[in-house]
Amino acid sequence: MSIFVDEKTRVIIQGITGREGVVRAQLMKDYGTNVVAGVTPGRGGQDVYGIPVYDSVEEARDKHGPVEASVIFIPAAAVKNAALEALAAGAKLLVIVPDRVPIYDVLEIARAAEEAGARFVGPNTLGLLRPGKAVLGMIGGRAQRAREWFTPGPVGVSSRSGGMTSAISYYLTKAGIGQSTIVHVGGDAVVGSSHPEVMELFEKDPQTRAVAMFGEIGTTQEERVADLIEAGRFTKPLVAYVGGKAAKSGTRFSHAGAIVEGTRGSYDSKVKRLREVGVHVVAAVADIPGQILEALKGDGSIFSKK
Amino acid sequence: MARLYEFQSKRLLREGGVRVPEGEIAATPAEARAAAERIGAPVVLKIQVWVTGRAGLGGIQFAATPAEAEDKAARMLGMKVRSYVVDRVLVERKLEITAEYFAGLVMDDARKCPLLVFSPTGGTGVEEIASRHPDKVFRFPVDIRTGLREFEARNLVRRAGLSGGVQIQLADVLTKLYEVARRNDARSAEVNPLVLAADGHVYAADCHLVVDDYAVYRHPELGIEIAREFDRPPTELERIAYKVEQKDYRGTFYFFQMADRVAEAGEGLFIGFHGAGGGGSMMSMDAVLNKGFKLANYCDTSGNPPASKVYRAAKVILSQPGIRGYFASGSGVASQEQYHSARGMVKAFAEERLEIPAVIRLGGNFEEEAVRILRAYLKDIPAKVEGYGRDDSPEFCAERMARLIAESGGAVHAVRPMSEPCIPAGAYAFETLTGRLGIDHSRCASCATKGCVEACGPKILKLEGGRPVLAIGTEEARKGKCTECLACEIFCRFHEQDAVTIVLPIPGLKEYREKAG
Repeated sequence: MSIFVDEKTRVIIQGITGREGVVRAQLMKDYGTNVVAGVTPGRGGQDVYGIPVYDSVEEARDKHGPVEASVIFIPAAAVKNAALEALAAGAKLLVIVPDRVPIYDVLEIARAAEEAGARFVGPNTLGLLRPGKAVLGMIGGRAQRAREWFTPGPVGVSSRSGGMTSAISYYLTKAGIGQSTIVHVGGDAVVGSSHPEVMELFEKDPQTRAVAMFGEIGTTQEERVADLIEAGRFTKPLVAYVGGKAAKSGTRFSHAGAIVEGTRGSYDSKVKRLREVGVHVVAAVADIPGQILEALKGDGSIFSKK
Repeated sequence: MARLYEFQSKRLLREGGVRVPEGEIAATPAEARAAAERIGAPVVLKIQVWVTGRAGLGGIQFAATPAEAEDKAARMLGMKVRSYVVDRVLVERKLEITAEYFAGLVMDDARKCPLLVFSPTGGTGVEEIASRHPDKVFRFPVDIRTGLREFEARNLVRRAGLSGGVQIQLADVLTKLYEVARRNDARSAEVNPLVLAADGHVYAADCHLVVDDYAVYRHPELGIEIAREFDRPPTELERIAYKVEQKDYRGTFYFFQMADRVAEAGEGLFIGFHGAGGGGSMMSMDAVLNKGFKLANYCDTSGNPPASKVYRAAKVILSQPGIRGYFASGSGVASQEQYHSARGMVKAFAEERLEIPAVIRLGGNFEEEAVRILRAYLKDIPAKVEGYGRDDSPEFCAERMARLIAESGGAVHAVRPMSEPCIPAGAYAFETLTGRLGIDHSRCASCATKGCVEACGPKILKLEGGRPVLAIGTEEARKGKCTECLACEIFCRFHEQDAVTIVLPIPGLKEYREKAG
C-alpha cells in the first residue's frame, strides 16, 4: 500500500506496552490515527489509552478485522520477528521505528515484504505523518505539538534525518506552506522506502505539487532520485538540501563499495547529479520554504489551510 | 562499522573452508622469526592496520630467511601509519601467484539484498580497472532466503570468462565467502587479491570483513571492542563513553574525539559539542565550524534518551580539559521530550560547577519547559548558560557562543577530580536501571511541599508517613519503571532539603580524570 494513510487506515501498534509504545500510542490516538489494537506477547487483555492489547497480530486481526498498517516499537533484536509476524497477518504497511536493527534482518524483512506485496518505512525512523489525518510513528512527539507544527497542504517532505523531517515541515508551516505527507525514510544504510521510492509515490499523489528533500552523504538514494527525474518518472518541483558537506571524506576502506558505487555517495556527487537534472539544491535548510514558494509561483494552492 | 583485521578475517575464512596462506601473527621481531622458522619457506610480512595501500607505505615486505623476517619485523613494528602505531605483523608463507582475481560482497541499498561482485582482474588498483573497464566487473544479487548457491556462483565465474578447474574452485570460494559473511553479519567482505597459486590452488591472499555495528552483540567471539566506525584505535574516553552506551539501550549516545588532547592540539577555540540526531547535529556542526570554532569532540544523544544518559554524555564531554565553551544543538524541532536533556545537563553542570559558557539549543517538544529548567537551576553556577528553542537558528546560537566566550575573559575548562555524590548510610534507597537513588528521610521532616512525588515523571513515588517511598516494587523500579528522569533530585535540591541523591556511575571516568588532571 502507499504511504498516504488517512484517518480510516486501520493501524496496530506492536510493542504498545513498552516505554516508547505507550507514549506514542497516545500521540497517534490523540492525533486521530485509527489505532484499532496493540500487540505485546504476554500482555493480552490489558489496554493502553483504551486501545485493547493482544498477544499476537493474528489475534488482533481475528478480533478486530484486517490490519492495514503496523507501527513497531520493539527492541532491535526482536524487530525481524515482529515484522514477519505483521506481514504474515496481512499488514501491507510497516513503520519500523527502532534503530540498530541488524542489516541482514532488514534484508530479510525486505524480501518478505516484497513477496507479500507490502511496503515498509524505516528502520530507524520517526515514521510518517499526514497533516490533519494520521501519524504513524512518533513525528511531533505529542499530538498538540504535531497539530501546531504541521498543516495540510501541497508539499511532500522526505528526509533521512528524523529531527530535520520535523524542522523542515515546521519551517514550511511557518512560511504558510502546508504539507501533503511527511516521511522520515530512516537513517540506516538500507531502508524499506528510500527517497526515490517516496518520490515515485509523491509523483502519483494528486495532493502533492512539490517536494522538499533532506539528503545526507552516504548511500545512493539522492543519485537515484536524479536518475528517476532523468528517466521522466518524477516530474514535480523538488527542493533539496544535502547534509554532510563539512564531514571529512575519509579514506574509503572497501574496494567493493567503490567498485559498485564509484563516486556515488559523496556530497559533491549528490549535489552535482541533482543539479544536473534541475533540482533546486539549497545551501541552508532555512532557504527551503523560499525555494518552494518560487517553484510553486502561480499555483494558488500553496498556502496551508489552518 | 566494526572492522576486522586481516588476520581475524582470514581466520574466519579458514574456519569457513576457504584456503588462506599458512601464517601467524607476531608482536615482536623474535615472534616473527619463530613464525618464519615454523613456516620453513620465504615469507611475506604484513602490518595489521585498517588502511589501504599498505605496500606503498612499506607495510608489506618479503623475507627469504627467518633472520631477514626478524630484521624486517623490527623495522615494521612501531611504524607510524596515520594515527596507528603498528603493533602486529602477519607472517605468511609467500605465494607464487599465477593469477589475481577480486571477490567482494556489499549491501545493495537499491535492490535491498547482498550483492556479490567478482572480477577476473584483481590486485592493486582494482577500482581504477573497474572504472575503466566496467565490463570486467560481474555482479550477482543474492536472494537472502536461499543464500548464494553453488551454481549461481559458478555461472558468475563462467560469465567472467573462466573455465575448467579454476572455475569450480572460484565458485566454491564465492559460496563460502558469502556463508562466512552471512554467519558473521559482515556488511562488507572482500578478498583482494583472490589468487591462483603455482600449486594449482586458489587462496585468499588478503581479506577484510566489516561487521555490522548493529549485529556485533551477536558475536562476542569476535572480541570487537567498539562497534563503531573508526579509522584509528579508540581513545580511552571513547572507550568509557561506549561502555555507557552499551549498558543502556534507551536512546543513542555517540561520542568521539576530534582532538585527542585539546591542550596539545595547538591553537584554536575548542568547544565541547553535544548534538542531538544525525541531520541536526551535522547542520549545527556546520554552524559552529563556520564561526571559526574547532570541535574537541562530536557527540550525539538522540532517540529519546533518558536524562541519565544525557547527564553521562555531558560528564564525558566535560572530561576534556582546555575547551572554552559547551555547545548543544540538534535539529531544533525534536520530537523527544527536551526536558530530559535539560535535566541531564543541569545535574552535570551543577556537579561540575561549570565555569565555561554554554549555549544549549533544545528546540522541540516541551522546549519552553526545557529552557525554563536550564534557567532556573543553573543560575548559581559560575558559568553563563543560555537556552534556546526552535525559532533560534544554529547560526544565531553559534554567534551567542562566540559572544559568551569573548565575555568570559578567556575561561578555560579545567577537569576536576570526580566527586561522585554518595547516598548517606541509612537512607531509603533503591536500584534503578543504571544507578541508585537514595532519599535521606531524616531531612523530609522539614519539607513543606513533598514536591518530589509530584515532580516524579513516571509517578512511582508516594508518601508514607509523610516521607516519599516507592509506590511500586523495588524490582520494577530497577527494571526501568524508574526512568531516571532526575526530576525528584533536581526539585529537592533546588526547592527543598537536598535529600534526594541519584548516583549514576560512569565506570573508568574517575581514573581517567585523575590521569588527565
